[in-house]
Amino acid sequence: MYTVADLKKGLKITLDGDPYLVVAFDFVKPGKGQALYRTKMRNMINGTLLDRTYRSGETFDPASLEERQMEYLYKEGSHYTFMDQQTYEQVVMEEDTMGDAKNFLLENCKVDVMLFGEKAIGVALPNFVNLRVVETEQWAKGDTSGNDSKPATVETGYVLRVPPFIEEGELIVIDTRSGEYSTRVKG
Amino acid sequence: MKSDALWLRAHIIRAIRDFFWKRGFLEVETPLLIPANAPEEHINPVTPLPWQLQTSPEICMKRLLCKGHQRLFQISHCWRAQERGSRHLSEFTMLEWYRADSDYRSLMSDCEGLLQHVAAVCIPDNPVYRNKTEIVDPFKSWMSISVQEAFLRFGQREVSDCLREGLYEEILTANVEPALAAFDSPVILMDYPAELASLARTKPGNPELAERFELYLGGLELANGFSELNDPLEQRRRFEEANRLRLENGNAPLTLPEPFLRDLSDMPPSAGIALGVDRLVMLAAGADSIDEVVAFTPEEL
Repeated sequence: MYTVADLKKGLKITLDGDPYLVVAFDFVKPGKGQALYRTKMRNMINGTLLDRTYRSGETFDPASLEERQMEYLYKEGSHYTFMDQQTYEQVVMEEDTMGDAKNFLLENCKVDVMLFGEKAIGVALPNFVNLRVVETEQWAKGDTSGNDSKPATVETGYVLRVPPFIEEGELIVIDTRSGEYSTRVKG
Repeated sequence: MKSDALWLRAHIIRAIRDFFWKRGFLEVETPLLIPANAPEEHINPVTPLPWQLQTSPEICMKRLLCKGHQRLFQISHCWRAQERGSRHLSEFTMLEWYRADSDYRSLMSDCEGLLQHVAAVCIPDNPVYRNKTEIVDPFKSWMSISVQEAFLRFGQREVSDCLREGLYEEILTANVEPALAAFDSPVILMDYPAELASLARTKPGNPELAERFELYLGGLELANGFSELNDPLEQRRRFEEANRLRLENGNAPLTLPEPFLRDLSDMPPSAGIALGVDRLVMLAAGADSIDEVVAFTPEEL
């Protein structure tokens, strides 16, 4: 059980049956008056934002969240299936819930899946992933047009801007937090 | 005489400050309440219980008024438990000043003079205060509005109804303070309902209202001042009422400051005010968080 004194950015609580992440928090106490605890929370399943104000004495249930390493198996329609390699238990996640993570997932790669009870609500990716470029224009040597980047498609289907010298078949490092090209993997 | 020694003491502190200022030393304030001191064989730290860290120096300042001092100021650390946010620190720095034979109006002009002085001396290139995106010019003519009028105008509610329904803080912070932020001069919110002023005198001829005001700059509450209550019986009754409400809210009642109550009948009609120094620095620096203007936050200790 949490009290208002535990409220801070990053705290995860259960509200109306859903897990919420506190994304903004402020303590206000106008003119010797009663303290108010202002929060902005994000629903960890559907991403909606909620403003709530609490007073001293109110309590919250923690969100019982668990992170488990799982293998990404396959995608069918808008469902992504993951498997716990220890228990062979499978969980399914909706494309909407996956967010940007879907751009960086290759079949059989291992990721941390966030579980709220039985429900998979998110994927924690490493900050950097290596993906192969499957399609990009050839760089015309002596191109003086001044373009310092060009579009490229990687094996997950994700399209990003890369430097002109990157060629099809090359392995590149992508920063999953920004979705941007980071560097080229040599060799 | 004690009062001579206090004047000498004040001169010495000022001389010490001048000495180091002239030699390029930075005067700092680090927290007084810390989790651990350097262990020493023969030095034992004070762990205050059953005493308390002051929440304001007001009790002692007013006892000095009772002893005949006319004008007093103090910059000191104060502590208030469980107060932490972008504008609150549990340990913070307060400026308090008191005037004998005065009422709250004299404090309003002090505020005006002080804020103009600080801006002119400390931020001469652009002598304005900033809170978030608001810019407040202390040299423009100051706005003042009564609490009652502010609730009506900005919250479309009677303040007395809000108090009865327990919505006072909500309407104040959600409607009134944001509206005060829109003024480009400092704003004085004045004449509080009597129940919101435990140490202030009520207005002559109107026991419903207290001679109390709060100073706002860009919607940020900076100072709280009032005409002081100097009736010991009424003061005792209010303290006991506060303790009754504390108990009702599940908080332990607090010991009454008996020596203060004993001295209070010697206090001339006076006025006193507390101004948050950290917040003044925030406003002068245009800082969004109090964390930016202190040497250490409690989390760093």
